[in-house]
Amino acid sequence: MTGAMISVPQPQAASAAAFCLRLLRRQLVLGLRRPVDIGNPLLFFAMVIALFPLGLGPGPATLASFAPGILWIVALLSNLLSADAVFRSDFDDGSLEQLLLSPQPLYFSALAYVLAQWLLTGFLLALLSPLFALMLGLAPVAIPALAVSLLLGTGVLSLVGGIGAALTVGLKRGGMLISLLILPFYMPVLIFGSGAVQAALGGVSAMPQLAVLGAMLCLAVALAPLAIAAGLRISVDS
Amino acid sequence: MWSFFHKFGSPPWLYRISGSILRWLLPLTLLALCAGAVWGVLYTAPDFRQGNSYRIIYIHVPAAVVALAGYYVMAIAGAVSLIWRMKMAEVAMRACAPIGAALTFIALVTGSIWGKPTWGTWWVWDARITSMLILLFLYLGVVALYEAYDNKALAAKACAVLSLVGTVNIPIIYKSVDWWYSLHQSASIKFTGESTIDPSMLYPLLLMIAAFYALFTCSLLLTMRADILQREAATTWVRRLAAGESG
Repeated sequence: MTGAMISVPQPQAASAAAFCLRLLRRQLVLGLRRPVDIGNPLLFFAMVIALFPLGLGPGPATLASFAPGILWIVALLSNLLSADAVFRSDFDDGSLEQLLLSPQPLYFSALAYVLAQWLLTGFLLALLSPLFALMLGLAPVAIPALAVSLLLGTGVLSLVGGIGAALTVGLKRGGMLISLLILPFYMPVLIFGSGAVQAALGGVSAMPQLAVLGAMLCLAVALAPLAIAAGLRISVDS
Repeated sequence: MWSFFHKFGSPPWLYRISGSILRWLLPLTLLALCAGAVWGVLYTAPDFRQGNSYRIIYIHVPAAVVALAGYYVMAIAGAVSLIWRMKMAEVAMRACAPIGAALTFIALVTGSIWGKPTWGTWWVWDARITSMLILLFLYLGVVALYEAYDNKALAAKACAVLSLVGTVNIPIIYKSVDWWYSLHQSASIKFTGESTIDPSMLYPLLLMIAAFYALFTCSLLLTMRADILQREAATTWVRRLAAGESG
């Protein structure tokens, strides 16, 4: 009977990588077609930073001492703002369902979605952060530590935010819930992120904190896509 | 062994067995709670530095210990419900969240009451205290997520994923006292090496910890029984039970 077997075309090993690149490209193109969506988190970042001198008083010394915390908290909030939208439109038009039905591993697809979101928010934020740091009067020695800690830290934030987004995308009132779910997980990132900037300000090496952030990023890359995939399957079922 | 494991998936069996466990566990828990409290409060010497105010340790530490352990129970029940699709594990996981939140709240409040006479402040942003507050938010997040879903079967799955994700934070909370040295004293009871607490104070504390574990088990079983009855309200065994108890 072996001769009569129908040969099924096996998916190539390389096709998963190609699929993910294509997915990443699609997400980036979709993002770039709507520049307002990219601009919004950055504008939010700038506006909230402008609120602090009004609230805390414009004294340069006060602002400079609060700058590491302010910059990190605002980065966290602007990430939170954009996390909800990662899967929303694809869930609404049904393409998320197609993605779950496709034979490609969902782990890498989830990673591609999050990577696209991070490139359009956290990455740009980290690149622009020196400008905002100077506006708040942060000492220039701490600026490299700020940029690197934001680069590493926003990656973790995007991955964890993806879990929250995946779990709440099927819900009509997911917006407020997502902040309740994922802010507890943002707190360790905030501790080490602002800690790195504080250390650099104090003239100490920021490497220990950056190393911890790097470790968190590795852990999040390894585990978060699994949780995102599980969350998406649950949400699409509903 | 596997047949024993499979029995846990049967609501009537679990209802019956939890009833017979509660029949002796509940009085035992109350006895241990009273004995531990009386022993701790009346029959131990005052602390040489903190005087009598340290006696709140007999509620504070057990509540904190069981609140952390409860998170693991919730996550393990969540994992079991995801892997083996056991409905009763879902029930257990769901029951853990409000109980754990209540215990975390008790630990925070008693810690705050203890903090006023010893540190002179109700609240500090210390690593252990802040991370316990995060634990409260983690529990409340699970409750909120469960309530947000209309389909309760999916709600349980989503909560299971969330509670598994949350386990990443628990070791950080456990070790926060040792990693960030600040106002909160470091761990006094150690399983390896010498404890830094006098045996006369340690024994009532251990009794209270055991009593709180039993209290957690009792609350868990009682909540689960109520949930089982609600889920199975339409089945014959529940109807027979209701008829038998009322008639």
